[in-house]
Amino acid sequence: MNPLSKPWIWSWGAAAIVFFLTLALTSGRGAGELAYAALSFGAFAAIVGLGQMLVITLGPGNVDLSIPASMTLSATLALKVMGSEPGTAFFGLFVALAVGFGTGLANYALIFLLRLPPIIATLAASLIYQSIAIWSNRGLRIKPPPELADFATGRMFGVPNVAWVGIALAVAVWIVLEKSAWGRWLLASGQNLRAARLAGVPVESVRAATYISVATFAGLAGYLLASFSGGAALNMGAEYLLASIAVVVIGGSSIAGGNSNVPGVWGAALFMFLVVSMLNSYGAGAGVRNVLTGIIIIGIVIAASTKRVRL
Amino acid sequence: MASHYRILLPIVSLAVLLGATFYMQPRAMSYFGLNLLFNLAVPIALATIAQMMIIMVNDIDLSLGAFVSLVACITATYLNDAPLLGLLMLVALIVTYAVLGAVIHALALPAIVVTLGMSFVWGGLALFILPSPGGTSPNWLRSLMTIKPPIAPMAVVASIVIAAAAHILIIRSRVGTVLRGVGGNARSVERAGWSVIRLKALAYGLAGLFGVLAGMALVGLATSADANIALRYTLISIAGVILGGGEFVGGKISPVGAVIGALTLTLAASFLNFLRLSPDWQIGAQGTILILVLAARLIFRRKGLEV
Amino acid sequence: MNENEIVPIVALTKAKKHFGAVRALDGISISVGSGDCIGLVGHNGAGKSTLVNLINGGLSPTEGRIEFANGTDPHAAGVRSVFQELSLCPNLTAAENLLVSHKAAAPFGWRKRLGKEVLASLDSIFPGHGVRVDVEIDTLSIAERQMVEIAIGFAPRGSEARLVILDEPTSSLDAGIAQQLLAHIRQFCADGGAVIFISHMLAEVFSVANRIVVLKDGKVVAEKPTAAFSRQGLVDAMGHVTGETEGGADLERKFGPVVVQTNQGLSARQGEIVGLSGLAGHGQAAALARLYLSRSSAWRSGKNPEVVFVAGDRQRDGILPLWSILRNVSISILQQGARWGLVDAKRDASVAEDWKHRIGIRTDDVRNPVLSLSGGNQQKVLFSRALASPAPIVVMDDPMRGVDIGTKQDVYAMLRNEAQKGRTFLWYSTETEEVCQCDRVFVFRDGEISAELTGAEITEERILEASFQMQEAS
Repeated sequence: MNPLSKPWIWSWGAAAIVFFLTLALTSGRGAGELAYAALSFGAFAAIVGLGQMLVITLGPGNVDLSIPASMTLSATLALKVMGSEPGTAFFGLFVALAVGFGTGLANYALIFLLRLPPIIATLAASLIYQSIAIWSNRGLRIKPPPELADFATGRMFGVPNVAWVGIALAVAVWIVLEKSAWGRWLLASGQNLRAARLAGVPVESVRAATYISVATFAGLAGYLLASFSGGAALNMGAEYLLASIAVVVIGGSSIAGGNSNVPGVWGAALFMFLVVSMLNSYGAGAGVRNVLTGIIIIGIVIAASTKRVRL
Repeated sequence: MASHYRILLPIVSLAVLLGATFYMQPRAMSYFGLNLLFNLAVPIALATIAQMMIIMVNDIDLSLGAFVSLVACITATYLNDAPLLGLLMLVALIVTYAVLGAVIHALALPAIVVTLGMSFVWGGLALFILPSPGGTSPNWLRSLMTIKPPIAPMAVVASIVIAAAAHILIIRSRVGTVLRGVGGNARSVERAGWSVIRLKALAYGLAGLFGVLAGMALVGLATSADANIALRYTLISIAGVILGGGEFVGGKISPVGAVIGALTLTLAASFLNFLRLSPDWQIGAQGTILILVLAARLIFRRKGLEV
Repeated sequence: MNENEIVPIVALTKAKKHFGAVRALDGISISVGSGDCIGLVGHNGAGKSTLVNLINGGLSPTEGRIEFANGTDPHAAGVRSVFQELSLCPNLTAAENLLVSHKAAAPFGWRKRLGKEVLASLDSIFPGHGVRVDVEIDTLSIAERQMVEIAIGFAPRGSEARLVILDEPTSSLDAGIAQQLLAHIRQFCADGGAVIFISHMLAEVFSVANRIVVLKDGKVVAEKPTAAFSRQGLVDAMGHVTGETEGGADLERKFGPVVVQTNQGLSARQGEIVGLSGLAGHGQAAALARLYLSRSSAWRSGKNPEVVFVAGDRQRDGILPLWSILRNVSISILQQGARWGLVDAKRDASVAEDWKHRIGIRTDDVRNPVLSLSGGNQQKVLFSRALASPAPIVVMDDPMRGVDIGTKQDVYAMLRNEAQKGRTFLWYSTETEEVCQCDRVFVFRDGEISAELTGAEITEERILEASFQMQEAS
């Protein structure tokens, strides 16, 4: 099979090109540091991107705009219950995941019971999550327990621990999508919800589980990010709203649904970070960086659409 | 009857909220009080109308907030220092919007992703023009936005003017009617001999126009700009359209409702201030109000079906 | 046929329209002149809608010529069509919909003027109609929508309507209103207009048409003045003239208990093949979809589903277009061999391979994309998906579209075999020949069951009789 026909090749290839372009400036020095930073920062985008990918796979109109709020809320509450006490890391993790689960369930309840479009339901709900986060946080910056902070900033076999978590999650998602009945159902629902229902797929369970998954992933990402950066901040999730959608699209998943691409999400997450650091090292300002990111996203969508027409 | 329900709900929501505000704070029932309550309503209303143009043709614009911010930056810099160049830039932005609409239709691209990409582009350009907050509003714009008309304050008068203009453009005029037809049944419009690609370009172009007006109005009020000044407008404008009785698909939108929706959202913030609700809960209360109103829409819709 | 002094509004000469290998129209020559009211009848798939689309400019012929009174533009020639599927913008009012099809309206006061125009048209066709022209179309009842659509078809719109094509215009109108329409058509033709009238209500065709054209398999099989047809003769002309082999339903079959019973009157016993027949779009597909959805859940899915579905509208209801043949076949049986929620890929592959041979899916590898198959082979994939599942009830919504004769015979045999083993089939088909394979047949008309036929009663004649309304509803 033609390797170029694998959509994830593109995001990895693009990430590699950008990587070497950056190194060209330093004539190869700092390659290890750059790769390490890309894996660290890319991990957070990859984790929320995997969740957003599952939702987008559900088909047109499905998107979770509450990811930043879920991240912030989970992180805030988890840090609060841990209270910087040693030995509470796992309890904190449990709280973060449970909060994520809860927000996902609430999102789906709004979508299913009130028949709200997912965009508006997750948007309105995110305002409430944000409020709860503000209220519970009260402007304090609680430090994560020391062993958790060490874990989040540490490494194993030269690879950052957060990247290991992101990779493990990606493998799990890949297995679910490719090998499990649930994954097949999700992919089928995204291709044609009506046909999936008529083929016996329990489409409502699939939708519910998907919205819960994305929020739980956001909870995990928030927990790790807060531990990584020494505490939760109210705007800590802000940049992940657009980033989560962007890595899905750049990663080669179809925005029309039914087609997920797990390795592509990781490639795109690395790419997004590397582009920023390349433009930084070439001295480009934030403005140029953003313009190029936007043009790249649109270029990829147009390229994907012309491929579709040819098919 | 559905069309009447559609406009009834936003009116009732605004009336209830306004009544509650006056009850909490009787002094708000004055020229000055109203001016304060609806201070930022004008740019939000304009942005909501812009978003409505896109939703009208079954698309969605995730770049509107960044776009309004960019316009604000241009207005506070070029339009002030070199009016002709500034004007030219704003016209170019409107044309770009129209081209985007045509491209999205011609290549059958998902509008949500294209506009997502554009939000980075607009945001980047805004940073390029105004790397740190600053600039000044052109004097004429400043004085226009702070006119004190008799009877009702500027924000109220301007909202009525915006609603009336958008209503005439979209509901009363021929081309507006056909534009709504594109959202309702594009095939039928195509079959009747219209060029849907041109109509979509027009819808996007109108969105660009109203987005430009929103950015200018914002600078007139805020007197300076920054690259992130209006980022929240993306979500506010979507919520305003839906609050105003619009729907994501089917070309079912109401310009008057959208303006009322924008006013309701502006008022909700002020109202929560009066409630002496702890600032922690203000955003959440806005979300709750949004959900409640949308849930009420469901009841209205059910009723509409039964009739 | 046509008097020479009358200038035809539209004339087709040996017009052919092919869709791939399918000959939708196979050399049609007719002309329509002013004053003509042509009744166009034919069974499903006879080519009626293709013919309509040629005349209104929606399609152009593969071969042959089509000429209009003044050139090649159907719009300029005053050709209008009123479609069976509602083609109005549901979010606009009647007057606004008229604007969409009337580009030349003046900029000011158009709303009032066009409102008056629709109202005048409605008043002249349906006196005392009570339809509001200032509310959005989707707030009107189905009948009112259809009336508005017809009224827009006849409205002047700046020029004059010369030929109006009405495709099942009375399908949602009650008898009284339908009579008003028929009276208007007669008047319209008497005043020099022309109408092509398509209806399953033969009484209406007889009462309004001065000429009847019978289509079958893309050909005109009869074209005579209305007076030259008897009702029976018309039904015979539509049906198969050649003696087809009747499905030899063996009378010895024994059926189990009743396993399906809907409050619409549809029922089936275990091991029975039950047919649903009648003209397309008369509620058969909806009845089957309702049955399927009521017997399956959107929340749970077990190893033993009660019912499976074979779609006929592949794009909408069946095919998962991004997937391989293998995945399309196995989607309904994933849980059969699953352990720990993980699917048994080997088992799924062997099932798909097995069905590839049993039903003859033409592909060298079941891992090929499903869209690489022809329509008929995609249909076989959907059959495999359903038959591979252990569900005792199989619901089939016109599943033989685009399947070739040889395969059809194989599938018939397979269905019989499965029925013998105790499976129950509910089978909606637009092809009478297929329905004749069934043990029992329900004929649908206007969303209701109009006849239940069993055994020797299942003949093409009886089905046609029950599909077309012979008498006027009183």
